[in-house]
Amino acid sequence: MRKKFYFPVLFTFLAFISLLPSSLRAGEASSKNVILSTTTSTQDSGLLDVLVPLFEKKTGYKVKPVSVGTGKALELAAKGEADVALVHAPSLEKKYVADGKLLNRRLVMYNDFIIIGPSADPANIKSTKSSVEAMKRIAASASRFVSRGDNSGTHNLEKSLWESAGVRPKGEWYIESGQGMGATLGIANDRNAYTVSDRATYLAFRKRVTLAVLLEGDKPLLNIYSVMEINPANGPRVNVVGGKAFADFMVSPDAQAAIKTFGVEKFGRPLFVPVAGQREENLG
Amino acid sequence: MEIIWEGVKHAGWLLLAGDAEVLGITLFSLQVSGVATGVSLIVGIPLGMLLAMKRFPGRSFVISLINTGMGLPPVVVGLFVTIFLWRSGPFGFMELLYTPTAMIIAQVVIAFPIVAGLTMAAFQVLNPNLRLQLLGIGASTPQLLWLLCKEARLPLLAAIMAGFGGVISEVGASMMVGGNIRGQTRVLTTATVLETGKGNFEIAIALGLILLAVTFFVNLLLTHIQQREQLRWPKPS
Repeated sequence: MRKKFYFPVLFTFLAFISLLPSSLRAGEASSKNVILSTTTSTQDSGLLDVLVPLFEKKTGYKVKPVSVGTGKALELAAKGEADVALVHAPSLEKKYVADGKLLNRRLVMYNDFIIIGPSADPANIKSTKSSVEAMKRIAASASRFVSRGDNSGTHNLEKSLWESAGVRPKGEWYIESGQGMGATLGIANDRNAYTVSDRATYLAFRKRVTLAVLLEGDKPLLNIYSVMEINPANGPRVNVVGGKAFADFMVSPDAQAAIKTFGVEKFGRPLFVPVAGQREENLG
Repeated sequence: MEIIWEGVKHAGWLLLAGDAEVLGITLFSLQVSGVATGVSLIVGIPLGMLLAMKRFPGRSFVISLINTGMGLPPVVVGLFVTIFLWRSGPFGFMELLYTPTAMIIAQVVIAFPIVAGLTMAAFQVLNPNLRLQLLGIGASTPQLLWLLCKEARLPLLAAIMAGFGGVISEVGASMMVGGNIRGQTRVLTTATVLETGKGNFEIAIALGLILLAVTFFVNLLLTHIQQREQLRWPKPS
């Protein structure tokens, strides 16, 4: 009578162990694995779920996308812990390229950042078209502002806006969330504060956020994504060939076509504009 | 509040429709945490027994370490395992980062102190005379250990449940060492974080409910085994 009850437990456990090797195999055959160091927005928007299978089918590589803030994504790449990087912080990227840590920076796509805030607009930023002027007004009126504060691509853009505005944001009105864009939007909404968001995440959260888009279309608000390869000197075991294959794929006509239509189904408009081969100065 | 109801409906729908991805993630979570719990038992139970029954120099130091380990923050474990498994780290040559194996390693580090600590407590409350009695009637060492284990089976099953509960529900370590890669290392907890980040709260709630249901059924099974023994006690009259 007694054994009968232990048996299913033992059986289930053995079944797990016997199943496991098949899923472990994914970790082997290293040259077939490409670690993609990327930002949360490519994952959260669902773009990777479209592009990665396309690439895997075409080349036979297995991609391991690691989605972290752009700052960390670049750092992982510079340490040789990834094989290719897809991120969105042009000024930061250029530093890594200048240092020789990352190679062959190529534009992939862009969308835009927007400044959102309470529709009452206490800092009166709606009347200006300049994002830098808007930041000045927010600081001058000490209107609540929620910053990502996590060295992500969005946070870097925000910092460069403050810098251009000649403002060092500090004080009770300046809230640092230290979290992803979704959580930050939630906090901004709750506190009725201003914040800078990428458009894709804002669209995904539109139903739950009552904040209004107050400023858009200004050139500094361009959100440019680039792909970069890793200098093999950064660390042991960088899959240079696989990384280059993914980078090449991102600027290929196939990937660019997929980017062009991505998001239309869900949001009624594309989330990204493919720009492979174009020059940064000519965007917007 | 309505969103929770939406989540419940969504969970029912995902399960009824047999959504292949959700089913895969659920099975994979059970697999990883099941194996991790199994390994923790193999390491933790002997260690706990040793600490309960043997006296040796540094014993209280080891016990303090184990007791601290029972409350290890998963994200700290994740950080250290990541650094060890990095390509530039000491075990980089094994290329284990972002694989299920890496997740199992991290979960074992989280679960085995829990198992060892609770095992130790279970054996320390056994009557010390029992051991002498068993030895007196001529039990060999393996027989002795087996009989003691049987005697302590109730708290031992509690140790298994605590260990499993600790790892199936953790997210920090799995996220860091696994990378939440679709079809490779995505488990219920990391998928919940992802869907929350995407703003898909209904799916996030649904995944959370599935996780709760799965944990509940595993514990139901273990509790069943544990409490069945209790029936043998005479009812108070």
